[in-house]
Amino acid sequence: MIGLFTSPIWPLHWLTLPVFLPVFSAVLLILLHRRSIRLQRIVSGSSVALLLAVVVALLVSGAGNQHLVYPMGDWPAPFGIVWVYDRLAGLMLLLTAGLAAISFIYTVATDEDHRGPHFHALFQAQLFGLNGAFLTGDVFNLFVFFEVLLLASYGLMLHGGGARRSRAGLHYMVINLIGSTLFLFAVGALYGVLGTLNIADLAQKLGQAPVQDYGIIAAASLLLFVVFAIKAAAFPLYLWLPATYAETSAPVAALFAIMTKVGLYAMLRVHGTLFDAHTAPAAFVNLIGPWQIWLGILTLVMATLGVLAAQNLRRQVAYLILASVGTLMIALGMRTEAALSATLYYWIHTTVLSAGFFLLADMIRRGRTNGDDWAPAPPITRMVLLGSLFFVYALAMAGLPPLTGFVGKILILSAAVDQPLRTPIFATILITSLLAVIALARSGNRLFYRVDQPTTGVPLAAGPNRLGWIAVMSPIFVAVLMVIAANPLSSWLDQTSAQINATPDYIHAVLNPPTMNAGVLAFPAHPEHAATPTGAHQ
Amino acid sequence: MSLLFALLIGMLTATGIFLTLRAQTFPVVLGLTLLSYAVNLFLFGMGRLASNAAAVLGAQTRYADPLPQALVLTAIVIAFAMTAFVIVLALKTRAELGNDHVDGTADDAPEDDSAR
Repeated sequence: MIGLFTSPIWPLHWLTLPVFLPVFSAVLLILLHRRSIRLQRIVSGSSVALLLAVVVALLVSGAGNQHLVYPMGDWPAPFGIVWVYDRLAGLMLLLTAGLAAISFIYTVATDEDHRGPHFHALFQAQLFGLNGAFLTGDVFNLFVFFEVLLLASYGLMLHGGGARRSRAGLHYMVINLIGSTLFLFAVGALYGVLGTLNIADLAQKLGQAPVQDYGIIAAASLLLFVVFAIKAAAFPLYLWLPATYAETSAPVAALFAIMTKVGLYAMLRVHGTLFDAHTAPAAFVNLIGPWQIWLGILTLVMATLGVLAAQNLRRQVAYLILASVGTLMIALGMRTEAALSATLYYWIHTTVLSAGFFLLADMIRRGRTNGDDWAPAPPITRMVLLGSLFFVYALAMAGLPPLTGFVGKILILSAAVDQPLRTPIFATILITSLLAVIALARSGNRLFYRVDQPTTGVPLAAGPNRLGWIAVMSPIFVAVLMVIAANPLSSWLDQTSAQINATPDYIHAVLNPPTMNAGVLAFPAHPEHAATPTGAHQ
Repeated sequence: MSLLFALLIGMLTATGIFLTLRAQTFPVVLGLTLLSYAVNLFLFGMGRLASNAAAVLGAQTRYADPLPQALVLTAIVIAFAMTAFVIVLALKTRAELGNDHVDGTADDAPEDDSAR
């Protein structure tokens, strides 16, 4: 056993843990579903804690500084399925595990898991699908993991029941089933033309494809883009999101903050690798970027109108998630290294904070007689603390200093200065930020200042206990840390985006993997790797 | 054979799209099913249609591509599970909302002027 830790190949096998740990505990939890909720919580909670530990260890060990390729069953790519771990995948795994921890704590604090026997099994299945989607290097395997995470998310979203939840769930499910069908059409067309489904191999075969096949390849790739845009909730395919996120329970909505990012991650991974300027034919290099920028701008505008028009706080937060998707799409569309690094900073910020904001909205809803609607209500208990938390979250989400939203937007805008589309980008981001400030100020005003005299009203639900406060406050600590450590963090993200842009390295690592024979040192250094710094904090 | 195959996929897809755009949940479920049939045939066709080709690699120079068959198998299993789930969900919304309109509005609601 000791050898597992000291041998140079240990990260390679540990790489499977983020995927296998949740699926094992999901199966175990299904077997335990008649046992007490306490036992289920212990199993599920220790799984989440272990997952967090493994993911942090993988990231800190610097395992992702080179592309770490795990061939399933030792079948070499492109014949078998490979999992690829790099800095980006490591970051996504960390975000998922962190959100899972926050969401789990809030679930326990509010007894949300008491309302049905399978909450924790579904929760773990959701983590299984998410982690698999972040690690896989194969397009069809990505489809399978998408289906896993979607099926779990349908169950989680509907958990607890209720007519409004069911209706939103039906819409969510139907649009995603159509998305799955489109995904299969795109995958089939790519396979029919290029004869492979491994992402790295696809990128390589694309360079050798005959010109008359370009039309089919472009159509298939744009179809894939549509699928990922449904997942990411980009204009005009976002209409399912506000109802879904606003109607589901708070811890589930908090976990779903990573779901839109799965779509963006898939765009970055698949389209970024396939249409990289180093390897792809010139006809493809600018196939996706302009679409991303313009659709991002439209998403941002529509989302901000939604933020202004929302009838309750949870729906407003859902529209804020949508606005962040728009901003991220714009930044991804620029495709420069600086923009990518800024994107990742904003990405971490918005995922963590919008999850926390959903939990806070739920706390406010629980304390008021009429939920989180705008109509005046008797004062909430612990009004000052809740109001201050709302103020901090609103500052961060709207992008005002001193918190992370401001830093992220500054980074994105400064990356956009030399873009050809800088005028619409600047105008949209700045004006929508102003509108978001106005909308959030109005909501704070309605929720905390327009107060009825204490009358006979009874709060909607019991407030959460101390654990709930920990869950709501921890995203703020993350945000504060991200501001204090902004310099080392952004230099780490710079190296990450350089790694993402080094597509030839990715292709080389996947298609010429080191052998996995036990005991043999597994990583011959790639000549280009040897020249570049590999440490995390140089 | 290719033409017939392509026409079949096109028919299934067109019918599926038409049905998913209907306002009641049952036609929508049927439409999703037809779409998944269409995509399964499409995946199968991407291995190139051939008759009298060997199923096993190396037994003959002409052989059927096994990968699309594996993909179709996976896709069938997933589509089957999803269809089962969406039927249960449709029944649940029918029970909870009292009608089978996809938006849960009653048939005589003013905004409901869409296809019956």
